[in-house]
Amino acid sequence: MMAADSALLLGLVEEFVLGQQDRKAVDTATELKAGQFTILQLVEALGLHLTSSQPQTRGRGVQLLSNVLQECYGDLTEREVKVLIVFYENRLKDHYVITPHVIQGLKALTKCSVLPPGSAVSILKSLFQDIHVQSLMLAERSCVYNILIQLMESRESELKGLGADFVFGFVQSVDGERDPRNLLLAFHIARKIVHEGYDLGKFTEELFEVTSCYFPIDFSPPANDPHGITQEELVLALRVVLTGTPRFAEFLLPLIIEKLDSDVQSAKLDSLQTLTACASVYEHKDLAQFLPGLWASLRREVFQTASERVESAGLAAVGTLTACLSRSVLNSDSEDSLNVFLELVLKDCQHHLCEPDLKLVWPSAKLLQATSTASYRASHRVAAAVLPSLIEQYNSRTQCAQRRTLLEVLQGFVHPVTSSEEDESVLLDFRQSLCSIVFSALSESNADLQITSMRLLTALGQQTGLLLESDVELAVDHLTRLILEEGDPKVSLAVVECAGALARLHPAAFISKMVPRLKEEIFSEPMAQGDSATPSREHSQQAVRQRCVAALAAVSSRPSLVQESTPVLLQVLTSAHTGTGAFSLEEVISVCHSLQKIAEQAQDTEETGGVFHDVIPRLLGLALQAALQGSSGHCSPILEETVLSAMVPIISTTCARLQSRLAGQTASLAVSLFLDGDVSFLPENAFPTQIQLLKVRFQCWSQSQMVCLLMGCVCWLPRTVEVPQMDRLLLELEELSCTCDHPLSYTSAAKCYAGLVNKSPAGEVLDSLIDRTLKRISTELDSASSPVRTQAFTLLLWVSKALLLRYHPLSTALTDKLFSLLSDPELGWLAADGFSLLMSDSPDVLNRGSHADVRIMYRQRFFTENSAKLVEGFNAAVQEKKSGYLKALSHIVNNLPRQVQLTELPALLPLLLEALSCPDQGVQVSTLSCLQPVLLDPPSALITQLEVLVGRTLALTTSPTMKVRIASLRCIHALSRFPEHEIMPFRARVLRALAAPLDDHKRVVRSEAAVARNEWFLLGSPGGR
Amino acid sequence: MSGGARLENANPLIFQRTGERLQTANDEDEDVADPIDDREIFDLIRSINDPEHPLSLEELNVVEQVRVRVDDQENIVGVEFTPTIPHCSMATLIGLSIKVKLLRSLPERFKIDAHITPGTHASEDAVNKQLADKERVAAALENSQLLEVVNQCLISNARTG
Repeated sequence: MMAADSALLLGLVEEFVLGQQDRKAVDTATELKAGQFTILQLVEALGLHLTSSQPQTRGRGVQLLSNVLQECYGDLTEREVKVLIVFYENRLKDHYVITPHVIQGLKALTKCSVLPPGSAVSILKSLFQDIHVQSLMLAERSCVYNILIQLMESRESELKGLGADFVFGFVQSVDGERDPRNLLLAFHIARKIVHEGYDLGKFTEELFEVTSCYFPIDFSPPANDPHGITQEELVLALRVVLTGTPRFAEFLLPLIIEKLDSDVQSAKLDSLQTLTACASVYEHKDLAQFLPGLWASLRREVFQTASERVESAGLAAVGTLTACLSRSVLNSDSEDSLNVFLELVLKDCQHHLCEPDLKLVWPSAKLLQATSTASYRASHRVAAAVLPSLIEQYNSRTQCAQRRTLLEVLQGFVHPVTSSEEDESVLLDFRQSLCSIVFSALSESNADLQITSMRLLTALGQQTGLLLESDVELAVDHLTRLILEEGDPKVSLAVVECAGALARLHPAAFISKMVPRLKEEIFSEPMAQGDSATPSREHSQQAVRQRCVAALAAVSSRPSLVQESTPVLLQVLTSAHTGTGAFSLEEVISVCHSLQKIAEQAQDTEETGGVFHDVIPRLLGLALQAALQGSSGHCSPILEETVLSAMVPIISTTCARLQSRLAGQTASLAVSLFLDGDVSFLPENAFPTQIQLLKVRFQCWSQSQMVCLLMGCVCWLPRTVEVPQMDRLLLELEELSCTCDHPLSYTSAAKCYAGLVNKSPAGEVLDSLIDRTLKRISTELDSASSPVRTQAFTLLLWVSKALLLRYHPLSTALTDKLFSLLSDPELGWLAADGFSLLMSDSPDVLNRGSHADVRIMYRQRFFTENSAKLVEGFNAAVQEKKSGYLKALSHIVNNLPRQVQLTELPALLPLLLEALSCPDQGVQVSTLSCLQPVLLDPPSALITQLEVLVGRTLALTTSPTMKVRIASLRCIHALSRFPEHEIMPFRARVLRALAAPLDDHKRVVRSEAAVARNEWFLLGSPGGR
Repeated sequence: MSGGARLENANPLIFQRTGERLQTANDEDEDVADPIDDREIFDLIRSINDPEHPLSLEELNVVEQVRVRVDDQENIVGVEFTPTIPHCSMATLIGLSIKVKLLRSLPERFKIDAHITPGTHASEDAVNKQLADKERVAAALENSQLLEVVNQCLISNARTG
C-alpha cells in the first residue's frame, strides 16, 4: 500500500471510530470500491481499535467494517470472505454492545455469492450457539431472520445437511418473538422448513409449538401504522405453516377443536378456515382419530351460529373433510373413515329432516348437502340415507309450508353436480319419485310450492338422464299451463326462468308444444263481444298475452327456437300496425322488449345471425309503412315515440353482433333507404318511390323521426364495417338536427351524427368536418333570436360527447362552449344538466356495446382538465347563476370513479357544501347522492368539516321535496358509521333533529328516518357499536 | 352467543318472513299523505333479533302483523307478542326490545303499549306490568348490561334485514 493511501485509510478509520463521524463509513466504502485499499487492509488498519480494551471502541471498529461490507460485499474474493467469517464468528463471543454490528456484518457476508462451502453451516452454528436471539433488539432479531432466509435461499443443501439441528436452532431463536414484522419473517422461514423438505427430526412438536402459540392470530394494527401489516397477512402466513405438513396433524387438530370453542368470532372463523386448508392436504389416517371431536364442534357451529360467515366456513370445512376422507385408499384391515364420518353426520342430522317446521331442519340439510357435494361416494351414501325419507314425507304431509320446505331441501340434494362424466347420477334410483313429486307440486294451487318445484325441475333438467323425453313434454305442458293461468308475478318469473333453462337443453319439446300454444293465445280473439267483455276481463287477457310474449323471449336461446318465436312476435307488431289485433301500446312495447331480449341472448352463430338479420328489414318496413300512412285513418302505434324507442335496441343489439359480411350489407341497405329512398329490400314492397326520410318538411315528423332507427343501425356496427356515403350522410344528419323542430327527430339526428363522428378515422377530413359543424352551432347559439338554439345546443352536446370519449383534441373547444353556456339565460339550465349526459353512459349510442371509441379514463381526464374552470366560473358568476355551476359540478363529480372522488374531495368539499345550501332541489339531490357513497368510507378532509356537513344535511331532512329528504336521511345514516369519537358530539343533536322526519307525511321518508335514527341511537351505547 | 351455552329451546318452530312492502304509485306521490298503518309498525319490529337465536322475531312468530294495532289519529300503538314457550325467560327482554325499537322509531305523539298475547306465558301479568311501568322501563334502560342486550337485539342484521 502506498504511504498516502495508508494515511487516507488511517484517517478515515480514526475519524469514524474516535471522531464518531458516521458518514466516514460511506467515504471508506467509496474509496475501497475505487481500489484505494483492500478489505483486509481495512481490517489491519482497524487492528488497534478491534483489540481495544474499551468495548465501545471495539464496537465502533466492527461497525465501520460491517457498514463497509454492506456496501461492497459483492466485490469480495472467496479468501477474503473466509477470513472475515472467521473473524465475525469470533466476535459473536465478544461483549454484547458489539453484537448488533457483528450480526449486521454477517448479514452482509451471507449475501456474498462466493460464500465458501461449509461457511453457511458454521455461521448458523455460531449464531445458534453464541446468541440468544430474543434478548436482541427488534432490528437485530430481524437481521438474524434475514440471515436465515438468505442462507435458505442460497445454501439449501448445506442447511439440510445440518439435519434437525437447524430446526432446533430456529425454534430457539424465534421462541417468544412478539413483533408482527418479525413474525412475518419467522413464519416465512417456518413455511420454507415445512414445505421444502427440511428434516424436522424429533423437533416436529417444538416447531409446531413455537408457531402455533400465535394461533388464532389476534392483532389489531395501531392507528396510523406505517408498516401496513394487517391481521389478514399474519393469519395467512401462519396458516400456511400450520397446514403445511400432515406431521402437524396430531397437534393441530386438537388445537382447532379447542379454539372453535372460543367466543371470539374471528377466532372461530380462522379455526374453520385453517381446518379447511389442512384437510385439503391431509390424508384420512391423519384425521381418523379426531373425527368425532371435529364433527361435534362443526355441528355445534352450524347449528347454533348467528353468523353467516361462520356457518359457511363451517360448511366448507365439512365439505373438505368429506372430500379428504373420500380420497383415501382403503387397506383390507382399515376402517373406512369416510363411512365413519358420514355415520356421525347422518346420526345427528337425518332426524331433523323429519321436522320440517323446526329451525334445525335447515342447518341439518346444509350439513348433509355439504357432505354430499364433496364426493361421488359421499353423495351416494347420503342420498341413499336421506332421499327415501324426504320423498316419503313429502307424499304423506299435507301442509303446504312443510311440503315446500321438503321440496327446497330436496332441491339442495339435486343441485350439486359433482359426479364426473362417467359416473351416472346418484339420483337415478330416485328419478321417478322426484319427477312425480315435481309434477304433483306443479299442479298445486300454492304459489310457493309451484315456485320451489320449478327450481327443483330446473335442477333435475341440468343432470343428464334424470328427465326422460316424456317428462320434458309433461313439464312443458305444466309450464305452458302456468303461463296461461297463473297471474302471480313471482310465479310468472319462476316459470320464465325454468322454461328458459329447460329450453336450452330440450328445444324440441318447446317448439312442438309451447310455442304453438302461446301463439294461439296471443292471437285469440277477445273472449266474447258485448256485456261479458268487462274492462277487468280485457285487462286479464292482456296480462296473459304479456306473459306469453315474455315466455317466448325467455325460451328463445337456441337458433331452432328463435326461428319459431321471432315470426310470432313480428306478426304481433304487424297486426298492431294494421289494427287487426286489439293490441295495446304496452303490449307492442313489451313485444319489442322481447325481441330485444332474443337478440341479446341468441348465441352468436351464423344461423341465428341469419334469422335475426331478417328482422331489421321487417322492422324498417313496418316503421316506414306507419310513417307514410301518417295521421290519416287508423293511427298506427308504430308511430309512437315509445314504440320507436323500443325498436331501436332490437336493431342496435342485432347490428352490434352481426358478422362482417351481413353487417356491411345491412349498413348499405339502411343508408340507401334513408339517403336515396331505396325501398327495394323491404318486405311487402308497396312503397312510393319518392321517399326522402332525412329531409325536413313541414309537419312531416312521422318520417324524420325514423332517423332513430338509422342510428340504431349504423352507429352500432362493428368498427371494421364501412358505412357507405359517409360524407353525404353526415351532411344530411347535421342539416336535420339543426333545422328540424321535432325533438325526437333532431335529437336522434344529433346522436346519429355523434355516433358516426366518434368512429370516424382521425385526420384532416374529420377536423374540418368538426370545424364546420362547430361554426354552424356557434352561429345559431350566438344569435339570441335564432329559433333553433335548442337544436344547436343538442348537437353541440352530443358531438362534444363523441369527441370527449375518444380524447379528440378538438373536444376542448366544444366543451368550453358548453361551459360558457352555463351562464346563458335560456340554455344555462339545460347546459348544466348536459354535463350529466356527458359524464354518464348513454344506453342507445356512444357506449362500449356499440363498439364506440371510449377511453376508460375519459371522466377523470375531463374532470382534471376542467374542474378549475368550473370553480372559476362559479366564483365569477353572479349569485343567481351560481347554481348552474354547482349543478354541473355535482353531475361531474357524481359520475367519477369513487377512488377519484375520494382524492379530489378535499379540494371540492367547500363547493359541495355550498351546493347543499343552494336553493335548487335538483342540485341538492345530486350533491347528496354524490356525497352519500363517499361518506361510507370517509376521507379525513370530511371529518374537519363535520360541523357544516351535519348542519346542512340535517336542514335538508325537512325539505319540501321528498327526494331531498330521502337523500339527506341516507347521508345522515352514512354519517353514523364515522369514527365514534368524531361524531359522538353530534349524537344528541341528530337524534333530536330526526324526530321530525319520523312524523313525515310520506312513509318512505319515515322509514329512512327510522333506520338512521336507530343507528344513531346505537352509537356509543353499550352493545351498540 | 357463547359456543357451549345451552339454549332453552334449541330447535324452535320457524315461520316464513314476509316480503318487502310493495311500493305503490301513491308512495311516490309527494302530495299524498301515507297514514302510519299496522304493516308499517310491523315492519319496524319484525326484524328485531331474538335474544337467543340467530332468527328474527317474525321468523319465530313472536310478532305477527295481526297482533299489531295502530291508530294514527288517536296516537296509539299496541303490540302483542307471543313467547315461543310459556316459560320463556326472555319474555321481558323481548317486550323491552319491541318497546325501545318503537320509542326510537315513532313520533313522540304516540303512546306505545307492548304486552304478551293473552294466555301464552306463565307469568304474563308480571311481565305486562313491568313493561307498562314507565319508570321501570326507564330504570331498566339505565342498566348498561340490560341496555347492551337490548341494543344487540336491535342491531340491524343482514340476515333478517
